[in-house]
Amino acid sequence: MALQLPRDWRLRVERYQLVGARCARCGRFHFPSRPVCLQCGGQDLEPYRFKGRGEVYSHVTMYKAPAGFEQDIPYVVALVKLDEGPLVTAQITDVEPGDVQVGLPVEVVVRQWRQHGKDGPIVYGYKFRPRLIAR
Amino acid sequence: MGDSYPEGVYIVGLGQVPVGEHWQRSLRDLAVDAMHAAMADAGVNDVDALLVGNMLAPTLSEQQHLGALVADWSGFRGVEGATIEAACASGGMALRQGFIAVRSGIHRMVVVLGVEKMTDSVNGCTAAGLAMAADGDYEAAVGLSFVAINALLMRRYMHEHGATREDFAAFAANAHRNAAGNPCAMFPRPIDVDTYLNAPIIADPINLMDSSPVADGAAALVLVDAQTATRLGKKAVRISGSAVGTDSLSLHERRSLLELDGVCLSARRALGMAGKRPDEVDFVELHDAFTIMAVLSLEASGFAEYGEGFRLGRAGEVSRAGRIPICTMGGLKARGHPVGATGVYQAVEAALQLRGEAGDCQLAGAKVGMTQNIGGSGATVVTHILEAV
Repeated sequence: MALQLPRDWRLRVERYQLVGARCARCGRFHFPSRPVCLQCGGQDLEPYRFKGRGEVYSHVTMYKAPAGFEQDIPYVVALVKLDEGPLVTAQITDVEPGDVQVGLPVEVVVRQWRQHGKDGPIVYGYKFRPRLIAR
Repeated sequence: MGDSYPEGVYIVGLGQVPVGEHWQRSLRDLAVDAMHAAMADAGVNDVDALLVGNMLAPTLSEQQHLGALVADWSGFRGVEGATIEAACASGGMALRQGFIAVRSGIHRMVVVLGVEKMTDSVNGCTAAGLAMAADGDYEAAVGLSFVAINALLMRRYMHEHGATREDFAAFAANAHRNAAGNPCAMFPRPIDVDTYLNAPIIADPINLMDSSPVADGAAALVLVDAQTATRLGKKAVRISGSAVGTDSLSLHERRSLLELDGVCLSARRALGMAGKRPDEVDFVELHDAFTIMAVLSLEASGFAEYGEGFRLGRAGEVSRAGRIPICTMGGLKARGHPVGATGVYQAVEAALQLRGEAGDCQLAGAKVGMTQNIGGSGATVVTHILEAV
């Protein structure tokens, strides 16, 4: 994926703070935010910062990475089901690939996603790690 | 044929080049070969419009604008031409747009072409190009490949329904067995269950034998209206149903991860248009880009209950002798998956079956065929119902 600084800048809030939306009419949560609510069709979606807790819904271990992610092999990408309901696609970090299972409790952290070349800009964003303390 | 055909859209010509690694041949070479073959089959030497299904030429061949390019190189400079893109469903979508063009009465004869040249880039661009079928900002951006998206589906499916690797092996084995009689298939040879179980893992749980191969290919169809079909007097195949359904690009925004709503909508609309129930369909050329997609497509199209589709492989129900044969000439797995061309190959194969010209792959008494071409992991789904006339 090519270097696109304006895009990374535009998406910084949702990537650093896991901000999506909550429908003001029906209360449905969305990640990412979208123009029209999937549940009721309402167009009044308010920014919502997710608590960042959930569990692994499905997962895959990457042994061959797309360009830009080779340094992380092997790494785990999961569908994480957030406590508020939505699924989010994210890497699972701070874990051995073999220890990830469906149902694993996880929490959000901000980590490096990728670097564009040795001296290029670094892109940061949400990842999830096994939950450290029961809260 | 003294009788005239009833109103509708007919396939009167088809052409295909063998799917494989065509190192000596360019995108335009493959396209022209398939187009000329289809027009020769139809016995025609003019065309109103050319629709080209393609996904990856802008990334892998640094070439867009294929409508005019192929019109020119095929000897039809001046003819209307356009590229149709819908990720891996580009070929099926080109057929859909050709159907609309003829059915509307604007054109009487349209060539629908699918072409893909995947082997020109050798540095990982192909995987990055395929990932563009997914949601760039929320899937590819976190390091997910297209194979991995299908692995997420397969993992969850195995978790929820208790399906095993052997269950999926049956779908790969069926595809390879069916490809054996297809001269245009990339892998026309059977595999056994051990070959599947020992195949290298690509993105756990998906292994090499769950996956369709990267390939070059081109296939073409000549579509005409009833009057032209009657005049040509060729053995025609009628397109009695044609429909598209869509869903979110990303997996995480689906209503249900394992129930493909785009497939359900597309199949229901196409069957409704043709006035057919699923049990009236004699065979399905479905989109087995990965074995899990074959299973999910069978369920969402109405050929199995949700959570039960995986049983159809080992039970032999999807074999050519079974209740609902799929991928009768090898499918994406063994014929090969030149992505933007695949939807047109499916229709060529279905038309061969309905004309009784499928050779060693021929089904006995096939009258109604379904083709289903899927873009991404189910975001665009194009379904057609084809009938022998």
